[in-house]
Amino acid sequence: MTAALQGIRVLDLSRYVAGAYCAKLLAAFGAEVVKVEPPGTGDPARAMGPFLHDRPNPETSALFLYLNTGKQGLTLNLKHPQGRDILKALVRDTDVLVENFTPRVMPALGLDYATLSAVNPRLIMVSISSFGQSGPYRDYKANDMISYALGGYMYLNGHPQRQPLSGGGHQPAYQGGLHGYSGAMAALMAREQSGQGQHVDISIQECMASIHQFTINRYVYVGRIQKRLGNRYQRAHPITIYPCKDGLISLAVSTQEQYERFLALTGLTELLDDARFATPFACSEHAASFDECLAPWLQAHGKHDIVHRCQENRIPAAFVNDVAEVMDDPQYQFRGFWHDLDHPVAGRQTYAGFPFHMTATPPVLQRACLLGEHTQDILTARLGCSHTQLADWRAQGVI
Amino acid sequence: MNGALRGVRMIDLTRVWAGPHATRMLADMGAEVIHVTGRKLVGPLTVTQETARILGVYPDDEPGERHWNRNSQTNDLMRNKYDITLELDTPEGLSLLRRLIAISDVVIENYSPRVMPKFGLDYPRLQELNPRIILCSMPGYGSQGPYRSFISYGTNVDPAAGLASLMGYPGEAPYMSGNAYPDPVAGLFAVGAILTALYHQRRTGQGQYIDLSQAEATTALLGEVSLGARLNGVVPPRMGNRHPRQAPHGCYPCRGDDTWVAIAVRSDDEWRAFTHVLGQPTWGAEARFATLSGRLQYHDELDRHIADWTSHHHAYHVMHTLQNAGVPAGAVANAKELVNDPHLCARDFFWDIDHPEAGTRRYAGQPVRLSATPARLYRPAPCLGQHNDQVLGGLLGLSDDELAALRDKGVIGDRPLPRNG
Repeated sequence: MTAALQGIRVLDLSRYVAGAYCAKLLAAFGAEVVKVEPPGTGDPARAMGPFLHDRPNPETSALFLYLNTGKQGLTLNLKHPQGRDILKALVRDTDVLVENFTPRVMPALGLDYATLSAVNPRLIMVSISSFGQSGPYRDYKANDMISYALGGYMYLNGHPQRQPLSGGGHQPAYQGGLHGYSGAMAALMAREQSGQGQHVDISIQECMASIHQFTINRYVYVGRIQKRLGNRYQRAHPITIYPCKDGLISLAVSTQEQYERFLALTGLTELLDDARFATPFACSEHAASFDECLAPWLQAHGKHDIVHRCQENRIPAAFVNDVAEVMDDPQYQFRGFWHDLDHPVAGRQTYAGFPFHMTATPPVLQRACLLGEHTQDILTARLGCSHTQLADWRAQGVI
Repeated sequence: MNGALRGVRMIDLTRVWAGPHATRMLADMGAEVIHVTGRKLVGPLTVTQETARILGVYPDDEPGERHWNRNSQTNDLMRNKYDITLELDTPEGLSLLRRLIAISDVVIENYSPRVMPKFGLDYPRLQELNPRIILCSMPGYGSQGPYRSFISYGTNVDPAAGLASLMGYPGEAPYMSGNAYPDPVAGLFAVGAILTALYHQRRTGQGQYIDLSQAEATTALLGEVSLGARLNGVVPPRMGNRHPRQAPHGCYPCRGDDTWVAIAVRSDDEWRAFTHVLGQPTWGAEARFATLSGRLQYHDELDRHIADWTSHHHAYHVMHTLQNAGVPAGAVANAKELVNDPHLCARDFFWDIDHPEAGTRRYAGQPVRLSATPARLYRPAPCLGQHNDQVLGGLLGLSDDELAALRDKGVIGDRPLPRNG
């Protein structure tokens, strides 16, 4: 078996999450990914926890360890002119450069796409930012919560009478990374035909605005502004999280057929004779009354019993897991989603893998790089630098 | 300009959202996506006014003569694709699908795992038809394993994958995403895997089978949370809109009904800039708020002060004022504000698309911006079976008589079929 991206060279200049995830995927498929970090501190993700045993250490940050698997570590001071020259020298035989600085940074360093593509016209540059490379909010600052807010997602999350909620983890940043990966691969496909690279501009706000189901469409088609509904969903019920005898379960009864099977399973078929509950759509307008009818059955049954009985009856039901429970879930275990990786500082730990099995070019998970781990190897092998030169640069704070 | 995926042909057997979201991106990039609709799965022939109102997917809640061509979800997700109808439980329908697969690069499907083998369309059989073919399956939990036959939607995957456990008000129950977030996540991973497989196919001639788990797709985007729980033994609690290392960090009510602004103060410098914008109130000068640890400790009190200020102003005003002072802030945009957002509009993010049965409507555009091979609108969403003649006649070379015979037999058509008939 060969790697899909064997022979593809990537420079990953990104900080934190978005670009790092994009480059992590490229590395998983066999690209040679060089993580370029500032000397000394490295990627600021290294300073964010959680850390092994809660002791801050740049080599044991979960965020960094997860997002930088399979990469080689190079330290390079881009604020130093020599550092920028080294980067340009590396760009000469680089296929993809990934960065997620705010849009003024690369031009200010003299490393904008026009300059770099003059060095290497086959270069694909992926720029991921909160608002994209142009437009009135270009220089606005954002983090995940603000991207949720301005992407129209936050308004839909949470209780209708309370403040909207930001979601878990770093979802908007990951969206930037996922879209960036598609952009990089599409650009590689295009280069097979044209021989030319191009610039990929990913705005995280646009990513969030493009993954809506009922928000934009409903307003544009019907003129209604979709409100948040708490633990409910649009147009049908029960699509919700319910308490049961020993915890929580999730249901997504979305069609008439599923709804009738669910009422039969729970002994509530007579509700079909009541116009309020005749369809899952009508039911969505009388959800509280429906939930009262259903509560005794839920309280009499445990979550495993409910999920399996529903699924045996072709009714969409699922467990409500925290991340520790997901790690113990038999389905994830069966598919080998979790991987144990050794790391010289963080030790042997369990990492989430990739969500697809691929028969010809399976993704591969390898540990994250240490800060500057491969600086000497990379500069020697790719630029033919001598030991004296490396020592000079190290003394000047370039590497 | 050509699209990045010019010359790529895909057969799209997907339904609902995750799969169609994937093929929409690929079609936007210039792939020739032929969607195959089974007419028994389109739904009933008529929709009542009452149901139309609850569904909220038809122009002005009016389902019209052919509601299936007026559905906003379909018209959003099907742009740039071709649509043909085939009944796979007829020998003719299945045979035509097999002939299309023989001349395509990719097949994508999100049936439950028993369906494709039932039709003799498992990967080894597809490879007999076309050794270069790429098949992407994307069931809820993957094609193998104890949950392989589970049916699920994005709203189920959300809690199952661990995402809901991280969203909610402090000390309260988990909340599922208001927007079935795992659906597009699975679709985006499918795009990534398919493009990777296509790149490999173009270089080596080799196809492959991609088995994607929608649940794992969402869990993969929580990788630092699961790893973190292993590193320090802590499963993170729900924090509302708070942040473990930044304060104030929250969502504040603004002037007007249900309007809010998100504000994130990430450093002492931003804190000083923030209090400056608020006009240096006396509480802002209190020593206990001068440090991050103090602001985290007295966050509730801080929130009351901030809400007193924000509730007198419009959300966008607060956002612009704070941003101009270098403080991260964002209005919590609702659908109307999103569609009219000046920044998104300035970047021409939205596409106004004229559809013969739904009129000219605005849709989210394509966030993957490629400078040399940009995504663009090639054609509006097709009506049901609109390209039967073009694809089956043009691509497979069926004669007018053959097409008419297929129509007479009900193998192809432009109206839904009853589900059990």
